[in-house]
Amino acid sequence: MFVIGELINGMYADIARAIKARDKAIVQDCALGQLEAGAEALDVNCGPASRQPESDIRWLVETIREVTDAPLALDSSKPEVILSGLEAAGNKVIINSTTADREKLDKLLPLAKKYNARLIGLAISAKGIPQSKDQRLELAAEIVACCVEQGFPTEDLYLDPVIMPVNVAQSQLGGILEAIREFRIISEPAPKTVIGLSNVSQGTSCRSLINRTFLVMAAAFGLDAAILDPKDKELMDALITAELVLNKQIYCDSYLDAYRKK
Amino acid sequence: MKNEAVLEKWAGKVASVSIGALKQQGGSRKSVINVGGEETLPFLFKEGSIPNRPAIAFEVWDIYPADWPSCLLGAYGDTLKDPLRWARKCTQEYGAGLICLKLQGAHPDLGNKNPEEAASLVRELLKTIDVPLVILGCGDDSKDSAVLPACSEAARGERCLIGDALQDNYKTLTAAVLADGHNIIAESPIDVNIAKQLNILISDMNLPLERIVINPTIGALGYGLEYAYSIMERARLAALAGDKTLAMPFICFAGQESWRAKEARASMAEFPAWGEEGPRGVIWEAVTAAALLQAGADILVMRHPAAVEKINNHIERLFRR
Repeated sequence: MFVIGELINGMYADIARAIKARDKAIVQDCALGQLEAGAEALDVNCGPASRQPESDIRWLVETIREVTDAPLALDSSKPEVILSGLEAAGNKVIINSTTADREKLDKLLPLAKKYNARLIGLAISAKGIPQSKDQRLELAAEIVACCVEQGFPTEDLYLDPVIMPVNVAQSQLGGILEAIREFRIISEPAPKTVIGLSNVSQGTSCRSLINRTFLVMAAAFGLDAAILDPKDKELMDALITAELVLNKQIYCDSYLDAYRKK
Repeated sequence: MKNEAVLEKWAGKVASVSIGALKQQGGSRKSVINVGGEETLPFLFKEGSIPNRPAIAFEVWDIYPADWPSCLLGAYGDTLKDPLRWARKCTQEYGAGLICLKLQGAHPDLGNKNPEEAASLVRELLKTIDVPLVILGCGDDSKDSAVLPACSEAARGERCLIGDALQDNYKTLTAAVLADGHNIIAESPIDVNIAKQLNILISDMNLPLERIVINPTIGALGYGLEYAYSIMERARLAALAGDKTLAMPFICFAGQESWRAKEARASMAEFPAWGEEGPRGVIWEAVTAAALLQAGADILVMRHPAAVEKINNHIERLFRR
């Protein structure tokens, strides 16, 4: 599983403070801590409170790049903020994210191609959040069609079925898991799949358990990547064990350590 | 319609291990053997880089190998009575680029030589030959724990390959190899899970993964070769998929296993239909070695010079592109 660490986000108080005070150490520690815990890439989001997201994301990216060249997922709904991050990050970037809206795709696909970036596509549109598996598939297919049309490689596309909290849309979670499996057959080469995991437990009283249960189930449905908290050790242990059961890692007595040694 | 080859793209690669240190590297070897570094499965040159050819090590013992069959004894004559002459014959007459010294005489049942004797032989051998050296214990755990550290120290700085470390007996050897700048052989009993575990245990003692060579334990043709092949293939596929704890070169004891086979040893008098035993044994060793190359062997430890010659020619042809 391609693990994207979610902790560099202005939504969290320490990162918000760091952004405001331009305190590099906090951000760099957060970056390295996540990589050490098993993340392969880092999500970068200046948060909803940022007044100047374009310069904030640039500063975040530059700050992180001082300590690691791990892939960065530039997380913003605003294409101009993503562009600012792309300029600062150079290579190894993931655009997080586009929706299935033509206008958005027309802006972000050329950027993804120009910067050789991977792209996360949310199965969502201006019309709202999909309410069924079929709607998710339809939106995903629109994104894939647009990628093919514009010559963006589908294997660099990560489709996100858009996770709903279990206490809000309990009946949808089964369909979301099925969508993960079915997204892969939309095109050849297959697009990849990603989820923003912590959404599933938003507002619940036992977040970590719900997160790891859902992640293990999603892994069984063939999920390729997840944006999550890699410092949740039980979550990572569950994920590593799921990959073992799925024969994606070779067992040994120290398989948890072995995975982290990668 | 033109057929296009379906090429696999791999994320991982096998670590490169260097055996032997030149003068400027703190040793006294005239050559260095590099193994590993593959970015794809054996001989699939179009898929990825295969920077190093498989290396062949000639097996040399510290005592006369009394249980070897006569055709093997005949190939070396009375040099077998003196490990230094034996090794020199391998390098000078048969062009060996790598010598594998087996300290069989340290075994309690086979002479029980002490660590000082073994270390002194290693010192003499390093003076006698100028190619890199593999050093093997006798297989008795407690004896090897005394003999191998002494040999490791005697060869300090020569960047030898020393083994075997086992899951139940790896700490002493790992510490010695680490202190003296050598590489280690990690042996597992045809078991990919134990191979991985042992590599982790060794690297937890701070020996870098790039200084480990896996001895997957193999069987000769007719004696579990296919099983060994499948284990090696599984480990190599995991390595290429990015598992660094299995991304080491393999060393395979093709000679030792082949010459144990009845089909290699039995005389024509016993089995007239099998033909002359000499060429039969050579073919048994060569066929076993050739199959192991396809399984991903990076170092083959062999015995009969005629089998080595066949495999050298085979490697030459496989690399002709």
